Amino acid sequence: MTRVETVAASMEGAVVADSLGQTVVRVPRESLVTAVTAARDAGFTMFIDLCAVDYLTRDPRFEVVVGLLSLDPPERIRLLVGVPGDDASVPSITGVFAGADFYEREAFDLFGIDFAGHPDLTRILLPDDWQGHPLRKDTPVGSVPVQFKEANRAT
Amino acid sequence: MAQPAGPPNFLTASLNRAVAWARTRSMWPASFGLACCAIEMMATGAAHNDLSRFGMEVFRASPRQADLMIVAGRVSQKMAPVLRQVYDQMAEPKWVISMGACASTGGMFNNYALVQGVDQVVPVDVYVPGCPPGPQSLMHGILTLQEQIKAAARSGR
Amino acid sequence: MSNPPDVVTGDLEALPSTQHAPAETSVPPASSRRTVHDLWMSGTEAPSDMGRFTDEGAQEMLADDSGTVLAGQMGTLVVDDYERRVEPSGDEIQIINMGPQHPATHGVLRLQIELDGETIRRVKPIIGYLHTGMEKTAEALSFMQGPTNVTRMDYLSPLHNELCFSLATERLLGIEVPERADAIRVMMTELNRVASHLLWSATTGLDIGALSMMIYGWRERELVLAFFEKTTGLRMNHNYIRPGGVAADLPDGWEEDVDGIISGVLTGLADYESLLLDNPVFLERTKGVGVLAPEEIHAYGITGPLARASGIGYDVRTAFPYSGIEQYDFEVPVFSGGDVYDRFLVRFEEIRQSLRIVKQARDTMPRGDYRTEDRKVTPPPRARIDQSMEALIHHFKIFTEGFKVPAGETYQAVESARGELGMYLVSNGDAKPWRLHVRGPSFAHVQALPAMLTDSLIADMIAALASADPVMGDVDR
Repeated sequence: MTRVETVAASMEGAVVADSLGQTVVRVPRESLVTAVTAARDAGFTMFIDLCAVDYLTRDPRFEVVVGLLSLDPPERIRLLVGVPGDDASVPSITGVFAGADFYEREAFDLFGIDFAGHPDLTRILLPDDWQGHPLRKDTPVGSVPVQFKEANRAT
Repeated sequence: MAQPAGPPNFLTASLNRAVAWARTRSMWPASFGLACCAIEMMATGAAHNDLSRFGMEVFRASPRQADLMIVAGRVSQKMAPVLRQVYDQMAEPKWVISMGACASTGGMFNNYALVQGVDQVVPVDVYVPGCPPGPQSLMHGILTLQEQIKAAARSGR
Repeated sequence: MSNPPDVVTGDLEALPSTQHAPAETSVPPASSRRTVHDLWMSGTEAPSDMGRFTDEGAQEMLADDSGTVLAGQMGTLVVDDYERRVEPSGDEIQIINMGPQHPATHGVLRLQIELDGETIRRVKPIIGYLHTGMEKTAEALSFMQGPTNVTRMDYLSPLHNELCFSLATERLLGIEVPERADAIRVMMTELNRVASHLLWSATTGLDIGALSMMIYGWRERELVLAFFEKTTGLRMNHNYIRPGGVAADLPDGWEEDVDGIISGVLTGLADYESLLLDNPVFLERTKGVGVLAPEEIHAYGITGPLARASGIGYDVRTAFPYSGIEQYDFEVPVFSGGDVYDRFLVRFEEIRQSLRIVKQARDTMPRGDYRTEDRKVTPPPRARIDQSMEALIHHFKIFTEGFKVPAGETYQAVESARGELGMYLVSNGDAKPWRLHVRGPSFAHVQALPAMLTDSLIADMIAALASADPVMGDVDR
């Protein structure tokens, strides 16, 4: 078994799959913190990335993706956590990796996912008084019509 | 842009033109580099394309000491009030060059995050197109602004 | 390459292809819309729907009850002097705001600094002043247009952004690019690393006070940019590295140009090293400043020259090689001091090693195609469009609708000039990405600023911030 599979075996409810040559582990959201801790203790000590994806028509609607890295030997692990749309909340992993702070704030800002236990869950990229979460799929890109005289001529 | 008050008469016409000439000789830019255009603006000030031949190599950090604001880069919704405040803090006479596509019209980012054209926030005198405009384009924009200032003095507006 | 519905990611192909509802061009909400005023008279007022200042954090920073003390000092606390006198504490804590418009913050970064005299107690970085919505824009552009979007993200090393996006797309497509395309990509990205480090040394020198660096540091960068303009058409933001290969072949005479660049940069680099590295003022300002401990590097995900200056020799090029870079002979410089001085050493040495790679690429450039032959992905040459109906249709389809990328998700990383630049790309089988998330190295580095700067002086903060090489396009996207 590879190291990723060994680690995944120790996580409750984890499902391992292959995605184009990269190993991906799906974990249930209740056990995210223990899963991340297990990965860190197994050698994936560097925090790389945390992002969210909105799958709109899928259930669960959102997905939080955590990427970790082991330096010696170099290896990556990717954890996927499904988050339902009506209860968009996930435990925060800032207790395990301090670097998840800004990433979780960004996911909250752009998707509206709540990270339980985050020390300061406020907007980070958008102005504080912004309404809405722009990267959700039911929010339009927000483009303004570009005016061309020909197109606006009376038809 | 403020000129000595009133339409020029035979006493003040030459004075207007002299003042305008002097003002163009060393317009100090306020550093308002935001994104990629800021790099090209710095390259314009560097040795290869030298802004110092126009007297403009001193990018003043404080807007109080600057007369030209080159908005170089994309202006996000969060940055727009800051841009306006810096513009308001500049003393008269002041000019604005909108450098690059993002500053002029929102550029390729026609979305929720950017102000679609910095002229929604401050009055702009010269637009410099490009993504990013090369140093020669920016210098052409600066020279156009200088011509604009001198022409305004001649015609008394 | 078929990708059956994955038990882990679900059925990506079942996702709707109309990715945004309602229609694309819709007016953004009123709070974010600016109306056009006639602003042609000076002394005008700001538009009435201008947002207010983001003054978050001014109160949040004080977690203890020195808040009343501070309010007293700032005059916002009403005190009846006869009845109750607010005793000022021994130390006066001052909160100042640095940026977002500031000459030394390397872009639109705002730092809220809690100062005790000249010493920094706490720093809170506030970002978002350059947020461009690139991840949302990427969902509205096809995969062929994707590089134009991401190239403006980390604008000091645009070719790295394009390379990362192209590699991620090619992995989803399951195609390989020809060897010549790989070699061209490696050569151009290493030249871009050289240009980025030269610019970094110029601006950091300016921040530290070595003004000559700012004046001279751009000379050699102009050599590289002139070559880029000759090859790609633009000095910056090239849109040159695209899925399938590169946009155009190298121009005639490129070998002499590259030789000129190598010798020019090495001469200039010798100048800069002699200017800086033994200068006693420089040593005072950079030795022992802005040190990062290895635990902080792991916790915050710090990569690139910042990690390599602290003894962690992680480089994506050696750990997860891409584009055939493993065939080139180069070293990854690692120093262990962890301070600003070692970061200078790392970056100067990286310029030398990058030039070594460029020389090898120049000497061993393989012949062949500069882009893949797969006509579904790469547009046909212009001449063939006149002759073949099929070529015309392919050209039309690729540039209007875009090529469809099989459903799947992948994470691709490259070593940009700042560290590990990663892109998490999800496709649902359509011609536009379903989700593009960019893992910018500077986002993690800006987050680590408080760890680097606690109990340092303001002057040290300038040096440490500059040495972290944050590019705000990378941070805010």
